Amino acid sequence: MNLWQEYKRPASIAEAIQALTSAPGPAMPIAGGTDLMLDLKQGRHSPVHTLIDLTFIREMTVLELRGDELFIGASVAVNQVATDPLVGDHAQALVEACNLIAGPQVRNTATIGGNVAHALPAADGTIALTALDAQAEVASPAGVRRMPFTSLFLGPGKSSINKSEEIIVGFYLPKLKKGQASCFKRIMRPQGVALPILNCSVWLEREKDTVKDIHIAVGPGGSTPFRATEAEAALCGRSFSEETFSHALEALLGQAKFRTSARRASAEYRKHIVGGLFRDVFEAAWKRAE
Amino acid sequence: MSNINLSVNGKQYSLAPVAGETLSTLLRQRLNLTGTKIGCEEAECGACTVLVNGEPTMSCVYPAERADGKTIVTIEGLAQRVHEEMKLHPLQEAFVEHGAVQCGFCIPGQIMTAYALLKRNPDPTSDDVRFALKDTLCRCAGYPSIQNAILAAAQALRTGEPVQKPDHIPDSIHTHKTVGHKHLRPEAVEKVTGKAIYTDDLTFDGMLFAKAKRAMIPHGFLTKLDISKAKALKGVLAVLTADDIPGEHNHGLVIYDWPVMVGIGERVRYVGDALAIVAAETQEIADQASGLIEAEFDLQPIITNPVQARQDGVPQIHEKGNLLKHIKVRKGDMDAGFASADVVLEHTFHTPTTDHAFIEPECSIGVPLENGRMEIYVGSQIPYQDKTQVARALGWDEERVRIVGQLMGGGFGGKEDIMGQIHVALLANVTQRPVKLLFDRQESLLVHPKRHATQIRVKVGAKKDGRIVAMDTELYGDTGAYASLGEKVMTRATTHSAGPYDIENVRADCYAMYTNNPPSGAFRGFGVTQSAFAVESMMDMLAEKLKMDRVELRRMNALHVGSITNTGQVLRDSVGLTECIDKVEAEMRRVDPNPFSPKVDPENPNLVRAWGYASAYKNTGLGGGAPDKSGADVELYEDGTFQVRSSAAELGQGLVTVMRLVVSEEMSIAPEKVSVLVMDTDLTPNGGPTTASRQTFVTGNASRYAAKTLREQISATMAEKYDVRPEQIRFEDGIVHVNGHSMTYAEIYKEMMGMGQKPLVRYEYEAPKTKPLGEGGDMHFAFSFATQAAEVEVNKLTGEVRVLKVISANDVGMAVNPLGLQGQVEGGVMMGLGNCLTEEFIVENGNVVTDHLARYRVPGIMLTPEITSIIVEHPVEAGPYGAKGVGEVSSIPTTPAITNAIYNAVGVRIFKLPVDQEMIAKELWERESNK
Repeated sequence: MNLWQEYKRPASIAEAIQALTSAPGPAMPIAGGTDLMLDLKQGRHSPVHTLIDLTFIREMTVLELRGDELFIGASVAVNQVATDPLVGDHAQALVEACNLIAGPQVRNTATIGGNVAHALPAADGTIALTALDAQAEVASPAGVRRMPFTSLFLGPGKSSINKSEEIIVGFYLPKLKKGQASCFKRIMRPQGVALPILNCSVWLEREKDTVKDIHIAVGPGGSTPFRATEAEAALCGRSFSEETFSHALEALLGQAKFRTSARRASAEYRKHIVGGLFRDVFEAAWKRAE
Repeated sequence: MSNINLSVNGKQYSLAPVAGETLSTLLRQRLNLTGTKIGCEEAECGACTVLVNGEPTMSCVYPAERADGKTIVTIEGLAQRVHEEMKLHPLQEAFVEHGAVQCGFCIPGQIMTAYALLKRNPDPTSDDVRFALKDTLCRCAGYPSIQNAILAAAQALRTGEPVQKPDHIPDSIHTHKTVGHKHLRPEAVEKVTGKAIYTDDLTFDGMLFAKAKRAMIPHGFLTKLDISKAKALKGVLAVLTADDIPGEHNHGLVIYDWPVMVGIGERVRYVGDALAIVAAETQEIADQASGLIEAEFDLQPIITNPVQARQDGVPQIHEKGNLLKHIKVRKGDMDAGFASADVVLEHTFHTPTTDHAFIEPECSIGVPLENGRMEIYVGSQIPYQDKTQVARALGWDEERVRIVGQLMGGGFGGKEDIMGQIHVALLANVTQRPVKLLFDRQESLLVHPKRHATQIRVKVGAKKDGRIVAMDTELYGDTGAYASLGEKVMTRATTHSAGPYDIENVRADCYAMYTNNPPSGAFRGFGVTQSAFAVESMMDMLAEKLKMDRVELRRMNALHVGSITNTGQVLRDSVGLTECIDKVEAEMRRVDPNPFSPKVDPENPNLVRAWGYASAYKNTGLGGGAPDKSGADVELYEDGTFQVRSSAAELGQGLVTVMRLVVSEEMSIAPEKVSVLVMDTDLTPNGGPTTASRQTFVTGNASRYAAKTLREQISATMAEKYDVRPEQIRFEDGIVHVNGHSMTYAEIYKEMMGMGQKPLVRYEYEAPKTKPLGEGGDMHFAFSFATQAAEVEVNKLTGEVRVLKVISANDVGMAVNPLGLQGQVEGGVMMGLGNCLTEEFIVENGNVVTDHLARYRVPGIMLTPEITSIIVEHPVEAGPYGAKGVGEVSSIPTTPAITNAIYNAVGVRIFKLPVDQEMIAKELWERESNK
């Protein structure tokens, strides 16, 4: 009962796709593997024959500026995302989120792609990338395509990526311009599963006292990573005041679908605390954008 | 497939890939680098941390093949060979010097993680250290000492100066030549270099691997068991069932009610019951075979809690019923007591099941010998009990079984019961090959006994001036499927349920009930953790009702010399409670003159801080009429060194150091000249169970009296030979002075042997006799006392609770080794904090929800408050140099100190553990909306 039979270390995306589609038994791409290994060990994942390691593919381990965008390879370790100055310059929310994922040792192995591929509606990295309006680059036997970040998700734990032949290569984030900033925070409980009760990320563009543009992401605010578009609309183009903020919060509460998760938090509790969390995150980003 | 080419500790290897292999397995099994430990195999505990290309990495979830082309450093790679000697890395040295090493199992992970931090950041702040060590768990929880050690090592590395010693820990006020001063653990260097061997680090030629098939249903009769497929699997050597047990079918520490395996037609009482055991050539085959065993059951209704268990008409789990024991405490006249009270309060509290979560899972190895004997290698808190129970299951004479105790990666009471010992003995006997049975974390969580979940109702009556006149408690304890030490634990919960107070009228009734949950047994605090939460919460509520200062209320009612306890025992000496109360209060008020009033954070009005306060006491020793004995051998060797031996267990608490110091003191010789051997039933006399905070007292005394007797023998022999009076012989700094002659111990050895006297003494110490509960008199020969104050910060919006500071005063009689004591105090606070805030072993309808470490959270370094330790020393006459136990009492007041602080901060009273932040938030928002 070995966890796997064959382990492949492809050096390119093409090789990886080839390995994925030609394996003699069930095959799975493995990036950090910090979740997949546990799922296999604990029987939550059906047995696999071949594991295809994505961390030897150079293209997927780079973190660099490409024109007006920052590219983060899907196999970049979470800790590298958290400590790379480029991410600090352009995506502070992602730094903050990545610094809170698991513990330091896991962050050295776990990848940002893995955080996204699990398609959990409240994964920290995923919520930050949602607010940062990332785009995903996906490779399939047909070639490479870009897709909007939120279209990666179909439901809790359900990604739109076909894992038998597709691979998330990396993420593109717009470079930060003057007046723009982001922030991420979360609320935990000390017992039980290491998933946040609630997390929130805001990216915004500010011009003096006016919110020129804003993206708000909250997890779990629905079955997929949730963008609070109605709250965004309530703030966008308006000058910031307590009144606009309460309208935005009202809109957020109206749009988000908070649910009760056993032993983590009730919907009622989430509704109660989301205002304070959203305010903290918004205010921090607002201040940074000054 | 191409080979894995990797560098490990500077050496190049080229290894063929093995399907499904992780890096930790490659290191441990193929390179024999067993310093890298496995605690959970789920990337939660951090014990397996190694550096991969300089980055700390959990090797238990790291595919070995990914290590191709990488550079690995393990704990074995840190110490450097300088000329002929191994020179410790400053981090290793600092961990030793600062007493950061206790059981030692997590230490390789701690050091490797810290090593990577210091490479990256040579001058870290405390916060940097905490951030880096966030997920490297230490269940002995000496986090402050670990942090101090890392900072000291960083400084040494930066400056090139020697590692600074921990000068903030004072010596005992009753110092002798050796005892009372700070001393290092004899085994600390092995533990920091990865050389320390724990059971799973051992291999034997031809060793097989075992796996138990567990019932995984909470209640039912086993109707069918098909082992044919498992037996037919290639590589399987034996599949045994209940029919294959030659001797006694049950085991148990007090009552033999726990089946070694459940047989056809017999009752399964919890999910962890074993149905069959397999031995195979590899672990993978054993696991696969166990999965092929098919069982069918006649399912029965499930008893889920002790209150339900006592109701009429419910299924009876054991032949004698669901009641394990009704425990009663009676003192004075309850009716008169309550009638004379001005104020009466009554409340009910609930505490959950909790798990020891020692980082080292259970492991046993059975080795059959050619002479027909059987050796069992195991980390066990009660080696002699293991011997008896294994022999009974085999149907053998006890002398055919030898328990060879190994270093333990934590115990805390959770390694007292039989786990794999009998199973490996049965399999080794049938196959005549060594057999190892290692639990994975899930099996460990499912199977071993836990802390009892309780329901505790407390009714208290007091006079207007604060004098408590009556206390009535009713306890329900969930002892789970089997007795284990349930009766003893709940007896302690009951006798201590009125708190450390002098009360005229006391009644306590406890129902220790069988249920279909995993068994409950010993766990640091032994029932008192639960009852202290209830009674100390009540003390604060009473103070509020009386409009009285809560410290003053405790001081007024505190037990003192001359008090009579609930069980009718007159306290004759060593009652340092008032000093604990005073000293904690003084320190708390020094930090915050108005500790109990809420203080709002000026930066964030949602954050409110306040202090909470609680006291406790805990018996030392078995008590209740049980003979409490320990044997120790002290022997002088030819080279002039000594050895002290007892089967008492070292589980990280520091007993080995205590034994060494005691002998060093008595023989007037440097501690380094005294070696210690423990836990081997062939080579060491019976030290009794390592439980009830008893070993410093009983085995400390046994070692002391053995050494004293040996000294007297030496005196007598020398007196005879040199014709002087024995009193004229002096023992000083390793030299024996006889009438102008100065002799080394090596010379003494020769002299003694020359006169046909082997310098070896066995001493069996028997602690002062105690009386059973209900008979009055001394139920225990000593009690330890403690008080703690905790400062918390509560977020009024979210209900989140953070503990900022804890002041802990413990009356330990006498601090034999203040360095070891510091670790016990820090760990005690952290375990109490976990009990209060993070830990809950969840069982739903008999099925375990928290079957992984990821679901059962033990506190890490990030939750560690600033801990101030105050040592109070009221010597107990019978104790060694006045010492009594500390292992448990240091953990007991933490929970109520925190929950009382929460109430003081935001006015929410906690009646149920662990603290639920959502419940706090909800109570606050409902209160707000009712305004």
